[in-house]
Parts: sequence; C-alpha cells; structure tokens
Amino acid sequence: MAVELDVFVGNTTIMDEEVYQLWLDGYTVNDAVKVRMEGGVMDECEASADVLLSDTMDQYRTFQMCERLLHSPAKLANQLLFQIPPHRQTVLIERYYAFDDAFVREVLGKKLSKGTKKDLDDISAKTSVTLKSCRRQFDNFKRVFKVVEELKGPLVENIRQHFLLSDKLARDYAAIVFFANNRFETGKRKLQYLTFQDFAFCAGQLINNWTVGAVDNMVEDMDVDLDKEFLQELKELKILITDKDLLDQHKSLVCTALRGKTKAFNEMEANFKNLSRGLVNIAAKLTNTKDVRDFFIDLVEKFIEPCRSDRWTAADMKLYLTHYTNSAHILDTFKHQVVWDRYMGVIKSCIFKMYHD
Amino acid sequence: MPGKLKAKIVAGRHLPVMDRASDLTDAFVEVKFGNTTFKTDVCPKSLNPQWNSEWFKFEVDDEDLQDEPLQITVLDHDTYSANDAIGKVYIDIDPLLCTEAASVISGWFPIYDTIHGIRGEINVLVKVELFNDLNRFRQSSCGVKFFCTTSIPRCYRAAMVHGFVEELVVNEDPEYQWIDRIRTPRASNEARQRLISLMSGELQRKIGLKVLEMGGNAVVGYLQCFDLEGESGLVVRAIGTACTLDKLSSGSAPNTNTHVHPNTAPASNACNSPSKDGKEPVFGEDLPSSSGPPTPFRALPTSSSSPPPFSPSKPCSRQSSSSDTDLSLTPKTGMGSGGSAGKEAGPLKTLLRQQTQTALEQREFPFFTLTSFPPGFLVHVGGVVSARSVKLLDRIHNPDEPETRDAWWEEIRQEIKSHAKALGCHAVIGYSESTSICEEVCILSASGTAAILNPRYMREGCLDIGSTDHRFEEPSPPSCGFCHIPYDELNMPFPAQLTYCYHCRRQKVPDVLFTTIDLPPEAAVTGKGCLIQARLCRLKKKAQGEVNATAISNLLPFMEYELHTQLMNKLKLRNMNALFGLHIQISVGENMLLGLASATGVYLTALPAPGGIQIAGKTPGDLSNEHHILTIQKRINDAIAKNKELYQINPPKLFALDPEVFCGINMELTEEGVGSPIPEPRQRSRLFRSHSESSDELSELDLSHGKKDAFVLEIDDTDAVEDIHSLLTDAHPPTGFYSCNTEIMPGIYNWTSGIQMFTSVRVFRLSNANLTNQGLNKIFTDLCENLLKSFYFKLRSMIPCCLCHLNFTVAVPEEELIQVTVTAVAMTFDKDQTQEKPADKPITKGSSETEEQLQFPLELCADTSSANTQPSSKISGVPESTNVSSRDRCSTWLELLRLKAHTIRRGSVKTISSLERCSPLPEGRSRSLRSSRSFGGSSVTVVKMTPLSFLPGIRIIKYLGIINMFFIRETTSLREEGGVSGFLHSFIAEVFAMVRAHVAALGGNAVVSYSMKECVLMENPNKNQAQCLINVSGDAVICVRETDQETTASMTNIGQTCSSGTDGAT
Repeated sequence: MAVELDVFVGNTTIMDEEVYQLWLDGYTVNDAVKVRMEGGVMDECEASADVLLSDTMDQYRTFQMCERLLHSPAKLANQLLFQIPPHRQTVLIERYYAFDDAFVREVLGKKLSKGTKKDLDDISAKTSVTLKSCRRQFDNFKRVFKVVEELKGPLVENIRQHFLLSDKLARDYAAIVFFANNRFETGKRKLQYLTFQDFAFCAGQLINNWTVGAVDNMVEDMDVDLDKEFLQELKELKILITDKDLLDQHKSLVCTALRGKTKAFNEMEANFKNLSRGLVNIAAKLTNTKDVRDFFIDLVEKFIEPCRSDRWTAADMKLYLTHYTNSAHILDTFKHQVVWDRYMGVIKSCIFKMYHD
Repeated sequence: MPGKLKAKIVAGRHLPVMDRASDLTDAFVEVKFGNTTFKTDVCPKSLNPQWNSEWFKFEVDDEDLQDEPLQITVLDHDTYSANDAIGKVYIDIDPLLCTEAASVISGWFPIYDTIHGIRGEINVLVKVELFNDLNRFRQSSCGVKFFCTTSIPRCYRAAMVHGFVEELVVNEDPEYQWIDRIRTPRASNEARQRLISLMSGELQRKIGLKVLEMGGNAVVGYLQCFDLEGESGLVVRAIGTACTLDKLSSGSAPNTNTHVHPNTAPASNACNSPSKDGKEPVFGEDLPSSSGPPTPFRALPTSSSSPPPFSPSKPCSRQSSSSDTDLSLTPKTGMGSGGSAGKEAGPLKTLLRQQTQTALEQREFPFFTLTSFPPGFLVHVGGVVSARSVKLLDRIHNPDEPETRDAWWEEIRQEIKSHAKALGCHAVIGYSESTSICEEVCILSASGTAAILNPRYMREGCLDIGSTDHRFEEPSPPSCGFCHIPYDELNMPFPAQLTYCYHCRRQKVPDVLFTTIDLPPEAAVTGKGCLIQARLCRLKKKAQGEVNATAISNLLPFMEYELHTQLMNKLKLRNMNALFGLHIQISVGENMLLGLASATGVYLTALPAPGGIQIAGKTPGDLSNEHHILTIQKRINDAIAKNKELYQINPPKLFALDPEVFCGINMELTEEGVGSPIPEPRQRSRLFRSHSESSDELSELDLSHGKKDAFVLEIDDTDAVEDIHSLLTDAHPPTGFYSCNTEIMPGIYNWTSGIQMFTSVRVFRLSNANLTNQGLNKIFTDLCENLLKSFYFKLRSMIPCCLCHLNFTVAVPEEELIQVTVTAVAMTFDKDQTQEKPADKPITKGSSETEEQLQFPLELCADTSSANTQPSSKISGVPESTNVSSRDRCSTWLELLRLKAHTIRRGSVKTISSLERCSPLPEGRSRSLRSSRSFGGSSVTVVKMTPLSFLPGIRIIKYLGIINMFFIRETTSLREEGGVSGFLHSFIAEVFAMVRAHVAALGGNAVVSYSMKECVLMENPNKNQAQCLINVSGDAVICVRETDQETTASMTNIGQTCSSGTDGAT
C-alpha cells in the first residue's frame, strides 16, 4: 500500500522559502524532511511526517520545474507556466544565484572548465557544501561568464540586467568573472587568510581603474581585460627604484612626513627601499600574463608580509601608503604622475582591504 | 454568410530548438478554421520569431463559428523532410459572438503539444464581424450567454428563470477507431481534442437554441460532462438553467457587492446613514434605515416594474431535431395565459402553491442547476432527492440518434421528479448529474434538492406586481421560511420529527435538513459550519456484463444507506442540524465501489438542537461490555462538547414553544443576546462551558422540547465499533482553519482578499490483495484525511483562512488504485472581526434582509416598550459584562444594538485600511508593470482563479464568456519527467497556464466558478508511458477591487491587486 502519485498545484505557485533553501543547499528530500522536522514546522500545523514528506516532494518538484527558467531569469517574468508574484520571483532568482563564500573561494581564479567541474567533489568534501549545490554554483558562474563574455558595456550592469540580480550580487559575479578571466592565483597557502569579499573588493578596484573600460566604455570585454597600454606604461615607473637619487629623495620625503606620527617609524625607514622596490617591481612586471596571475601573491609576499612582521597597524599602513603615493608627486624628475596615481590608487585600496589577519 | 472571422499572427517567443545543428528554429504558422487553412511566412533561424502576418479572413456560417475552434499550428520548416509540428493552440471564439462579452482576443497563448507539453508561446489577434441574421430557422444560437456559475451572475438581474435545459451528443471515440492503430499517439490525441472541442461547441449551440426557443437569453449553472465510454463511444452532455438576464446598469452594479457579504455590507450601509451618530434611539433610526437601502435582489420586484423586454416565451413549442427528451410535452393549453398575474394578489398561500405548481408542472422537468437564489425565490426546501441507475454500455450505432443515452437520463430525471413530488415539492434545485464508468458498466446518478419555489420569476408579467407579491409573502418570514416543511405533516414521506420553527414558531420544521444547495444568504446560522464527509468502500466480485451490473445495483442501496448514516452521525457529533452542498459520489471499479459524500454542516437556528449520540449495547448486564460502552459514550460526549466549542455553536435557549410564554422567550433571547456579543473570549467560553458541562441539564432541555430523543447507536457487533471509531477519528482542522464545500463558510463574513485556488491529486495503490471492507474503509478515510491535513499544512501561511468549495472526486482508475482529486480555494479572513461577528449576526442579518424579519426584534422591543422608550442615552461604546440584572436587560438590548453599530463601523474601517495597507508596495510595481507593458512588454497579467462565483473584496464588472477546455497529455518518457507525479504536476500547471492565457487574451483577469470536471490518468510505468485527460471550465471575468469602484481601474491595476492579495495572504 503506497501513495503512488501525489501532487498539489496552486494557481499561484506556492513556494516555501525554507524548503527552497534546503533544495538549493542540495539536500535530498529525506534529509530535507529531517531538517524541517527538527526545525519544528510539525508543531505549527499539527502536521505529521507524511504530510511533511508530501509537501517537501511537491516543492522539490516545483523547484526542478522552475530551474530551467532560472537559468535565464528574464524568462521567469514572462513565462506563463507558473504564476509567481514579482517579489517572489526576485527572491527565487537572488537565492538561486547566491553562493557559499567557502565554495567560491575555492574556485575563484580557476578556469571555469570541465576540468574544474570534475574536481567539484573534492571541493565539496573540503568545504562541506553538498556536491549538488557545488554544481549549481559552478554552473551559475559558468553561465554568467558565458553570457557576459559576448556583451559590450559595463560588466556589473550587464550581469544585473541579464540575470536580474541585486547590485551587490551582480558585483560579486563581476568579480568572479573577472578573476576567472584573468586567472588570478588565489589558492596559495599565503592567500588563504583572504576572504572572497576581500578579493571581490580588489576586483572592483581593478575593474574600475585598470581595465579598458576605465577609459573607454564601449569596447567588448572592456571590463574583463586589463588595459594593455596602461600595463606598458607601468614599466616607466621603474625609474623610482632604478634611479638612486630619486629613490633617496622619495625616501626622505616620506620619512619627513612620517616622523613622529607612528610607533613603527623606524621599521618604515629601514624597510622603505625594500617595500618600494616590491611595489614598483609588481607594476613593472604586469605585462606578463603569468605575473598578472601572481598579482595578489606578490602583493602579500612583497609588501603585506614584511609589514606584518614589523607589526604595522592598519593605521600605520594607511599613513605610510598615503605619504608614499603623495610624495612621488613632489619629485620633480618623476614625470609619470598619471600612471602612478592610476596604479597606486588601486594598490592602496587593495592593500588596505588585504591587510588583516 | 453571417460572419467573418479574422486572425493575425503577431509573434512567437521561447520556441523550442528544432534544429540541433544551429540550435535554432525556422518557424511558420498554419491557421485553420473549418476547412480553410492559411500559412504565414517562415521566420528563419529564430526562437523568438516576428511574423506580423496579414489578417487571415475566414467567411463562415455562425453555426460553424459556434462549433469550431480556431486552430493554430506552429511548425518548423524543413527543406528536405516533412515539417515538424511544434505545437498547437485551439481558440474557442464563442466569447466573441456575444455582443456584451469580449470584442477581441489578443495575447500570448502557450503553444501546446500533447506529447511535449507547452513549447513556447504565440501572440495572436482574433476578431469576429457578425452580420445580423434574420433567418428564423437558423441553427445557430449566437448571443446566448453561458455561465458556469450556479447563481444569478453578479452584475446581472434575473428577469425570468425559464428552467431546465439539457442536451447530449455522442460520437465514436477516435482513440478506439481502427485508424488509431496506424497513426501516432500525437495524431490520435489531437483528433480527440479536436473532436471534443467540436462536440462541446455543437452541444452549446444546441442548448442555446433551446434557450432561444424558451425566450431566454442565457444559461446559468451550465454543467458539461464527458463520458468516456471507451469502445462504445464518447458522450458529451450538458445541463443548465435557462434564464432571461438583464445587465445591471453600472450605477446599480456596485450594489451587487452586498451580495458578497450578505450580512456585513448592508449593515455598514446602515452605519453610514445619517442616523449613525448614535445619539438618537437606535431602534428609531438604525433599523428602518438599514432596511431602507435595499439589497439589489430585494429591490428586484419593485425596480422591474417596467415591462420585461422579452416577448412571451413558448416553452412548449420546442421542436428541435436533436435529442430532446420531451416525451411528456404538456399541451399548450396549460400554458395558455402564461400565468395570470392578477390572481396573485390573493393572500392565500394555497393559491400561491397551486399557481406555482401549475407553473412548474407545465415544465417537463422543473429542475434548476442553480444552488443559490435571489431572496424570495426559494420558499421551502424538502430535502435531498437522488436517483441512480446502473446501465450496460453498448456501442452507439447511430451517433445522430442518441436515443438510448437520452432515454436513460429521461428515466432518472422522471424518478427525481417523482421523489420531489413525494416530498410535496414541485421543483428540484441544486440539480446535477454524473456518471461513473468501469469497462462496460455505467452508473448514472442525479441528485438535487426538492423545493417549493416562488413562481414569480418563472412567468412573465408577474414581475409587475412585485410589491404586492412582496407583501403577500409576509406570513412566512424568509429567513427561516425555507426550513419549513413543504410536505403534509400528517402524511409524511419519511419518518421525521417535526417541531415548531425555532425562529418564527409558526411553522413546522424537521429535526435535520439535507440539501444540495448553498446556504441561502438569509438563513440564520448559529456558530460556524464545517466540512463533513462520509467515506465508504465496498468490495465486490469481479464479474462481467449483466451479472456485474446486478451486483452493483444490489450494492448501491446499502452504500447509500451507510453513507447517510455516517453523515448523520458526524452531523450529530458536531452538534449541527443541517447539511448544505451535499454531494454523494459513487465510483465503480472492477472489484470495488467507492462512495464519498461531502457536505457542509451547519447549525440552523430555526431547527431544533440535535440530540446527542447515545451508545447502547445489545446485551445489558455484561459488565465489561457496559464499561466499554460507558467509555465510548464518554468519548462521544466529550467530542460533542469539544465540537460545540470549536464551531462556536451556542444556540439560543428557547425553552417553550408556547406563545403564552412569550415573555419568557423574550428574556431568554435577551440574555442570549447579551451573552454572546461580549467580545472577550474568556467570558464567552465560561458562559459556554456552563452549557456543555451540564450535559444532563442539556438533555433535560431536550426532553422539555418533547419527543427529541438522542440518536441511539447500538454496538452489538464489530462493524458498529468500527463505525464509532471512524466517527471519532476525523481530525479537526488545525486552529485558524475552517473548511466547507459550499460557496462560503457559514459564520464567516469578513473575507479579506487573499485567495489561493489549488488542485491536488492523490493515487493510492492497494497492494494487499485480500482486503476487507473495513481495511479499505480505513485506507480510504486516511487518504482523504491526509489530503486535508496536507492542505492545512501547505496553506498555513494564510491563517486565518477557510478552505471553501472543497470538491473531492474519487475514481478507481485501475483494479488496485484509488484516485482522489480535489479542487478548492483557500480564502483568508479577518480574524478579529470573526470573534465579534457571531454577536453581530442577528442584527446585521436583520438589517440586511426584509422587514418581515425585522418584525421579530421589533416586536420584541414593543413588548418591553417601557424600557425602550427611554432611549439609552447613556450608551457608551464600552460593552458591559454579562452580569447585568434582568431589570436592565432591555436597555442592554438596546445598548447591544448600539454596540453592534460600533463594531460594524469599526469593522468596515478595518477592511479598508487593510486593503490600503496592501496597496502601497505593489503600487510601484504596478507602475513599472504598466510601463513595461506599453513598451511592447512582456509582463504577464495576473489571473485569479476560484471555484466560487465571486472574489472577496473584488467586484466583477464584466463576464467575458465561458471557458471550457479539454486537454490530453501523453508521455513515453515517464521516468525522465519525474514519474507520474512529475508528469501530472506539470500537466496541471500547464492547464492552469493555458486557462490563464485564454482569460488574459479575452481581456479578463479572473476565472470564477472554475472547476476541473475530469482528470483521467492512465499509466503504465513498465512501458514508461502515461496519458492524462483534463477538462476544466469556468467563467472568464473582468473584476476590480471594491475600493476602486468609483475610479475605473485599469487592467494592470487589477493584476496588481490580485498579486498583492495573495502577497497579503502569505
């Protein structure tokens, strides 16, 4: 004796947000029922386990039927099959495209290829995000990547319009696409302390300042590729460390400004040349794709780690970088002010964001 | 050449990929009507083609226009091989044939394929130009309006109700034709869909002709059914009630909403009247003024004093060539003067009855498919009449002469008619017919409620004398009048205990009343109602032919009896005394019969309180047995007490029926009145407990009424024990939920706008081969109970809410399968008001109705006039507690009225504010929606659906025509589609989508009186196949939010209202 068929269809599609989350999280129907039972829904309406099972199955089926539409969210608004109130649609889409920080941290900067997809079970084991959920998130990344790849115009805006996402989520996706495109290395042990949000912030900075789109906003891939000309120009900054006079002058200007303002002054003075070399060398090497990939690891190794071992506070860091950037303007033989500002603006905000435990 | 049909194909979207190589589609469209086909150009390589075709014009007879659907086929062009069909859209153009209904069909339709389901959408424009046809012998009946709604549709007024119309057409089922062996499943399904569409068109046209002949212009309560008889053919039959409807002018239309909340709306009117400031004596002002603004229906007789716009009908001159069953046509002479109005002035009830009878007896079948009537129409209700007959199907040899089927129904209808006569009634209302087929056996069932009707609506001319008629009725107060027995007390058709009506104390009423209709709006009800179901399984031996049919017909009476007993027991257990909307379904399978009776139980104030249930053992003296009986008795008593509390059944205590003790009654009434309006639940429950705890006192009370014994259940065998158990196992709805199968829940009046219509299907497989009847009963009961529990759980976010119009359908699709299909609507209501409501009721009720009813409270105060004349100027809005000394009672009574006026006013304010609360949020959205729309946008109109004839808080401003759709879906990849559940889930969702799309294309935004008539599922999991047929119907309407009445709200606005409504609910 068994229920062979059991369906419930409402004119307005009924969706329980809790069950939706369980479905997104990749729970099986039975596990979801268990979670719901523990959550205490049963007491709410004198329900039994059977009722809960039947409800969960129904909802899962509905979500599966909706999934196809969620792949191109614009369709959800003008499809006829499900009558879903607009604010519900927004929630459905937003939740479907939401991701786990733990998961995204693992795939950030990796090529969104079949190869990576095969490794998802390892990632699933490591992050304890279910494989099903990993697949959904990975496919979302890939889908967004594919769609915006061929579009002109600002990246964030494109994502927001095509996938009807909130501004915040669209920015996160832009970061993911940007990282995947430039294949930034994020997986090294030294970078483990950085969260996805740290990277997303840096990506935002890079997109806004270093890409082609920062100067011209009608080119294809404008927000995805770094501005090649700019990268070339960055080589010119080398003068700051190769020219001995300039280096000394720069150091003395910075030291004058910093003296007495921080406890870490001695360390700053001692390390100035090293740190400056580090930053300028990163800039000079960015024409190499390989070095672009290592951008973040370089920042950590060449700048953040030395500072951290000298126990700079975040305020010290801020102070130092501000004066370091500004002092360069006073150097009369240094002619590359514009490039310098474009470079240091991003470096400064990235380092501020990345300088934590 | 009476009509020109024009169609234009605009665009497509979301088309499926038909060419794997390019991932695109080269789509074109064929538009076919009758035998004419047009094609659009091919729109190459696009999933969102823009055809923007010319207007395709079809010049056709209006007969064809009624019968044929417009068929639109979307295909993928293929240069080398045959073009592949993507899918089809059938558009019923009937709504365009009515001048009042839609003028154009325009919108996105889902492209449907019977194998793949919905595959994209197509934008189509359809128009019809009709030329006037003066041919008297025409075969078409364009212009006759059809309504599924089983009451007079809102925004119309019944000038006349002509009576019963029926028709059936038969054909061979394409599925069983020889050709089916060689054609594809798709072709076969499409042939079937098309045939049924044609047949229902033809059926509707023929019924329309009958209506025209009767002089009517509309069919209300149109009920169309299919009998899939398999080998022996396909029968499409329909019944309905022919009426002459007048459209209410827009000025008077808003008033119709009073009908939605029959008890609240007029009351709030009263509050708005100038006298509302509460300084004058309540009686002097409130009551007359409340009866002053008449409810629309009440106003009918007077407002219609202009001559009816219709020529005298000739009900007897039917000479249709079709399947008329008018064997017993009455001679024209009987009709003669049509119904002389003059006689009616005589205030003699007998005369009225005579006249009514003559008026009705001239009808072959005085049947009405309506379940709800204008006030004054329904005079008395006798009880439920039903008839069943078991038939063996044989091949229909000549489809043009479907005499056998006609004769079968004729037979059943005659039986119903004679049953009604036996009950002293001349009419049957709430009439419906159904069948259940298994192999070659067919059970035909018909049921209705025997009643006596006021002939006023059935004859022309009589409407002129509305006012006299009105007075003429006075002797029987309408609010309880329908409960009074229509039959002769000394010559009762069945054993019943009669008492004097508890409301008017003038006429006799039965102890219980079963009906198939909705609760009349004027009926006084104590407490709330609830869904009551009796469920029954009976095993039968597998057999063939005659033997099988005999076996079944032998079982039927036992099943009916048992279902009846169950209903009666459950009714008593809930302390109620009447059933409304009773629907008994008996379904036949190969090895069992299923019986399911659903109804809504209520406590009618006019009927005596039900006695309890008393358990008796057959062998007294057996101590252990005695003990057992005692415990059961206790459980039952407890259950009754609990139910009383649950449904707030707190009937007025009327001790005496003797008019001499009028004073006593008076006091009692007042006390009751004082007791109940106190909104504080604590106090009420205390008061209530005093009722229930003293059960012996109650029984004493009962005795004092005389002869009303407790219902005795003997438990002498295990069967009875089982019965009692099943009686007690019925779970109550969880707190915050109510359920009923009628249009609205008796006792709830303050609906808010949140609604959710749903369909649920469950199929249960019995694996145990040797089941007993009892085991089966339990399984079946659990199945139904679990379904209800599931609904409560799923809809818990809508609490407080009521499941209305719960319509259960059972079937035995295969030997070991039980299928239960439920369609219902969940509606939210305002909880705060409900608590006050029961108290308000007697008065609001009074004010909403006629003076006759008011007579009673007025009399009351006249009697205690001394107290009355000192107007209760000291009235404050604050209710005083129950312990008012008897001396103060009368003034309290006044105060009470005042208080009610207050609460009502507060209540009405509350409703408005709650509506406003909903609006700000969607406002922005609605704007964006509108704008996106005007930019050739894509937003979808929200279409509400409900099985009820109205939408709470929303006013219907236009009926756009009937929706009657039939779909077949088949799959050969059942597993891939998620098994049977996945398959059916998507199919039902698709059906909803197609209904919504058609309604939206007609310019509508809601479907009322929606029902799923048929849901036949056949599966073969081993072959990975399944097939399902669904038939749905309803009335497409345009409606606006009631608060928007003054301003003509735009469509988008409505759409938003709808969504905001559902939002508000969640």
